[in-house]
Amino acid sequence: MSSRIPLPYSPKVLELFRNPKNLGRMEDANAVATAGSLACGDMITIYLKIDDQRERIIDASFESYGCAANIATASLLTEMIKGMTLRDAWNISWKQLSDELGGLPPIKYHCGVLAVGALRRAIRAYYKDRAKPDWLPDELTPDERHALEEEELMKILAKRISEGGRNSH
Amino acid sequence: MAGGGLREDLLEQLEKVRSLVKAHGSPHREVYLDLENSGLVFEEALVALHEAYKIHGNPSITHRPGWRALEAILEAELGLMDLIGVDNGEVVFTHSGTEANNLAVMGLARASCGRRKIIVSQIEHLSVKFPAERLQEHGFKLVEIPVDEEGFIDLDYLAGQVDDDTLMVSVAAVNHEIGVIQDLRAIAEIVKDKSPGAIIHTDACDALGRIPLDLESAGVDIASFSGHKIFAPKGVGALYVKEGLKLEPILHGQLSSQRLWPGAENIPAIAGFARALELFRKNFDEYRSRMRRLRDMLIDGIFERVDDVVLNGPKGDMRAPDNVNMSFLYCEGEALTVELSLRGVYVSSGSACTSRTLEPSHVLLAIKRPYEVAHGSILMKVSPMHDEDDIKYVLEQVPEAVKRLRAISPRVVM
Repeated sequence: MSSRIPLPYSPKVLELFRNPKNLGRMEDANAVATAGSLACGDMITIYLKIDDQRERIIDASFESYGCAANIATASLLTEMIKGMTLRDAWNISWKQLSDELGGLPPIKYHCGVLAVGALRRAIRAYYKDRAKPDWLPDELTPDERHALEEEELMKILAKRISEGGRNSH
Repeated sequence: MAGGGLREDLLEQLEKVRSLVKAHGSPHREVYLDLENSGLVFEEALVALHEAYKIHGNPSITHRPGWRALEAILEAELGLMDLIGVDNGEVVFTHSGTEANNLAVMGLARASCGRRKIIVSQIEHLSVKFPAERLQEHGFKLVEIPVDEEGFIDLDYLAGQVDDDTLMVSVAAVNHEIGVIQDLRAIAEIVKDKSPGAIIHTDACDALGRIPLDLESAGVDIASFSGHKIFAPKGVGALYVKEGLKLEPILHGQLSSQRLWPGAENIPAIAGFARALELFRKNFDEYRSRMRRLRDMLIDGIFERVDDVVLNGPKGDMRAPDNVNMSFLYCEGEALTVELSLRGVYVSSGSACTSRTLEPSHVLLAIKRPYEVAHGSILMKVSPMHDEDDIKYVLEQVPEAVKRLRAISPRVVM
């Protein structure tokens, strides 16, 4: 692969950035979760409205603080999961999102990771006070750990700045 | 030819970027303010470039076209000397400001007989910062001078660091991101007082044509310049080196007209550079006051129209006349550059999303901007080629773009 950077966005990313679907806070959501942070420069909040009987996603929406890829990824993901069972939604990977978007540039893979991280957190949040299904693993999945690692890394960097101790003096 | 690999990858990327440009469409009006990354070009400099393409000659060769090429180089050299206030020394033409900065830092280190300490400010351009960092692998010691919240370097800290081991002190006359104008004279006095043999380098790429430069009397030994920053054609930079100063080349190859930078000189771009230098020399005061007027119109206009905005860098006379760097809280800078692009306003951002790493601009972090403020930064530069109508258009578009992105953003308190 060429080492030339940055690799371009696909027209689909631009289109979804321009006209994102499922945008905004959902007041009657029964599962909400956020991944990323302002310090990361990328943050996605996913709202889910779930049919309790069938454990199916009736509606999904998002809010995003982040780059064009972040907004496009969140738009795509929320569109994909509407009508899905929680189990199927759980199995969506960041790679799937990237492929659907015509291939995210490598430097933007983390946008997919954060979107999936937020969705899985929302699903875990939903089952917090309910009987946990067999398909939901106890341990964090690699994608969830990846999202967590990104957040942790940013906390460390931000702390270093606030202490004014970066670089050698 | 085997299928796949680089060729297939390049074709795919090419197809993607072509569709991207098509999907973006042509905005009905365009204002290019991303002069940090690639300049506008003076029409007259383009004419000079076209004319010089007819010269063909290489200035090292003894025939008429060669002498005509040499004529073009000497004109540019004299033009630069006039604008930076030097009568002695030499000017080396490179192909960019980055090359000039690398030559200054690496070339001095190679020529050093014993001195091992390199002092740079925390907010230097990466083409100074990175070579200086790399030299640590070769036994040099790097010291970074902190800056205050407006970007002015800590002169007391500098004074405490300079000693007889100091090879060079490098501070940009004008910072490329936040436009802070440093007191070069005071810096040189401190350095020479502590160690007369220490060399002062300034990256003057953003100072040329923006502030009066009198390098000889200010005590500067080496200075870097970039053609596109003064609206010359791209592909030319320059390094001024004071007479008697020892630098070693960092590239080796075919002998050119200049010892320190081998390879064929970019004569057409150098001729365009000469023309741009002439325009700046003739119209210096007019250009400066025009840029300052447009800069203030843009800064004041944004403050009037948008809430939760921070100006990065100093206000007023200690700020370069062309520089506008503002952070829009609750907005991510990369998304804002794309949103503004769709509206025909071209800017850049210090957000991490526009960099190769997870870190936002090192300049904004050095002036103690929190990450979330750095991520929302937008850098715009005005030129003598812009006018009030351009700025009015930008002032219509920026509030709308910020409003749209803030509406998408989760409602969080910073």
